[in-house]
Amino acid sequence: MTTSPIRVLVAKPGLDGHDRGAKVIARALRDAGMEVIYTGLRQTPEMIAEAALQEDVDVVGLSILSGAHNALVPKVMDLLKGKGLNDVRVFLGGIVPDEDIPPLKALGVADVFGPGTSTDVIVESIRKTIRK
Amino acid sequence: MTLHDSILSGDRRALARLITKIENDQPESRAALAALYPRGGRAQVIGVTGAPGTGKSTLVSEMAKAYRRAAKTVAIIAVDPTSPFTGGAILGDRIRMRDLSGDDGVFIRSMATRGSLGGLARATDEVVAVVDAAGFDVIMIETVGAGQSEVDIARLAHTTLVVEAPGLGDDVQAIKAGILEIADVLVLNKADLPGAEAATRALRGMLMLAHTQWDVPICETVAAEGKGVAEVIAAIDRHRNYLLQNDGMIQRERDRVRRQLENLARDLLYSRFIAAKRDEVDAAIEAVASRQRDPYSVVDELLK
Ligand code: B12
Ligand SMILES: Nc1nc2c(ncn2[C@@H]2O[C@H](COP(=O)(O)OP(=O)(O)OP(=O)(O)O)[C@@H](O)[C@H]2O)c(=O)[nH]1
Ligand SMILES: [Mg+2]
Repeated sequence: MTTSPIRVLVAKPGLDGHDRGAKVIARALRDAGMEVIYTGLRQTPEMIAEAALQEDVDVVGLSILSGAHNALVPKVMDLLKGKGLNDVRVFLGGIVPDEDIPPLKALGVADVFGPGTSTDVIVESIRKTIRK
Repeated sequence: MTLHDSILSGDRRALARLITKIENDQPESRAALAALYPRGGRAQVIGVTGAPGTGKSTLVSEMAKAYRRAAKTVAIIAVDPTSPFTGGAILGDRIRMRDLSGDDGVFIRSMATRGSLGGLARATDEVVAVVDAAGFDVIMIETVGAGQSEVDIARLAHTTLVVEAPGLGDDVQAIKAGILEIADVLVLNKADLPGAEAATRALRGMLMLAHTQWDVPICETVAAEGKGVAEVIAAIDRHRNYLLQNDGMIQRERDRVRRQLENLARDLLYSRFIAAKRDEVDAAIEAVASRQRDPYSVVDELLK
């Protein structure tokens, strides 16, 4: 068997135009040997779930700096489950107040990262969660 | 239900999972491929190649919309390069295909080259066979934008589009030798930009020097606005008819299969050989590296 790189969908749901973080993460994950599908801005939860299915990713990475995470993340989680993508792990980054993190994790979000997190920490967290 | 039965019944998740297994060369993929292969052969396979940033993804997206309007289902395989240093890749072609999401008649898969050269991923042939068997009417393959002559795509696709754009340095220089050998249709995209006319003229000049049986058409497009896309599709249809009328289709298929069988046989023979003679090969490497033996007689001996 040859190598099987971890496949990650990096998406920006909603109308949030802050895409620096998403691009930084996409590059860091590529440099860590992962295959990153970058879908660009203004993705609806439906688009994200469908792309996750077609691309058969291990990870969906959402970048949200607009404050809309409490509305968007549950929708993405529901749609992924609805498509049978129960094994896909969801990571969230951006501006997320501390008190919002426990409920998001209760929904199944694997981990949440705020501004200033080193990309090494993020890479390690994804690797540990997927363990291929 | 087996994976291949699920795929034949239209399960897109099963299709996506089999593609991953093929990419990762997992043993189960072989049986599924064998079962699916006979069900293919109906799809129209279109290759789209050209230098980076010429608008391949944008054009593919617009063409997909046009095929959808004609009630044809569309699969898109978009290939981007794997970093030779890290083994990772950023696959960004979907950014330009946003309009296609939410349509069940479109399936998009991004693939990394994983070390293969020539603009395609190693497993592209197999993925095309599977998507074909899954029943898509049109399969479009976007190659890596390497800007060199991408021979592999011309062998795989029925019709190959080469996408050019004005302002890629000197117009004539931008059109590399070899591209005419693979282009069935030349597209000058970004016809809205200055220099488009000069670029088209340069392309026409190049074509006049070529003596091909098929008269390669040049289509000007503004993919970002959907302009000229209908003409591209008409040109592809004309090329398809040309192939069908001249036995070109079956000849292309024979050539493709011959190459595929060669590759498969070579891989299989080599892996069997290595498995059976690992120790002898190791010893031979030592002997040749230290110049006690030469590689030619050593290989002769190993294969006796
Ligand atoms: C740069 C910036 C902009 C730039 C954006 C440029 C661009 N193309 O990205 C511009 C000037 C355009 C901009 C505009 C706006 N901004 Co602004 N902007 C910022 C600023 C200063 C930095 C963001 C940034 O790029 N950081 C650098 C990157 C690398 O960090 P990051 O995105 O946080 O990513 C890290 C982590 O979060 C995490 N991560 C992020 N994504 C992901 C994804 C995954 C999968 C993972 C694992 C991790 C991860 O890892 C990264 C590395 O550590 C922040 C303040 C701040 N300090 O965060 C405000 C901020 C985000 N902006 C804000 C606002 C309000 C706006 C505007 C609405 C302002 C306005 N009134 O016009 C507009 C809206 C624009 C839009 N269309 O959405 C607010 C958001 C408030 C909120 N959420 O409640 C902030 C927090 C400023 C503030 N304190 O008020 N902004
Ligand atoms: N002016 C103009 N810009 C266009 C046109 N078509 C595409 N573009 C822009 O050209 C840029 C590249 O387009 P893509 O479709 O991503 O090009 P590509 O050939 O797929 O790029 P790679 O896959 O990176 O090689 C984008 O910014 C498009 O918006 C066009 O007809 N006119
Ligand atoms: Mg592209």
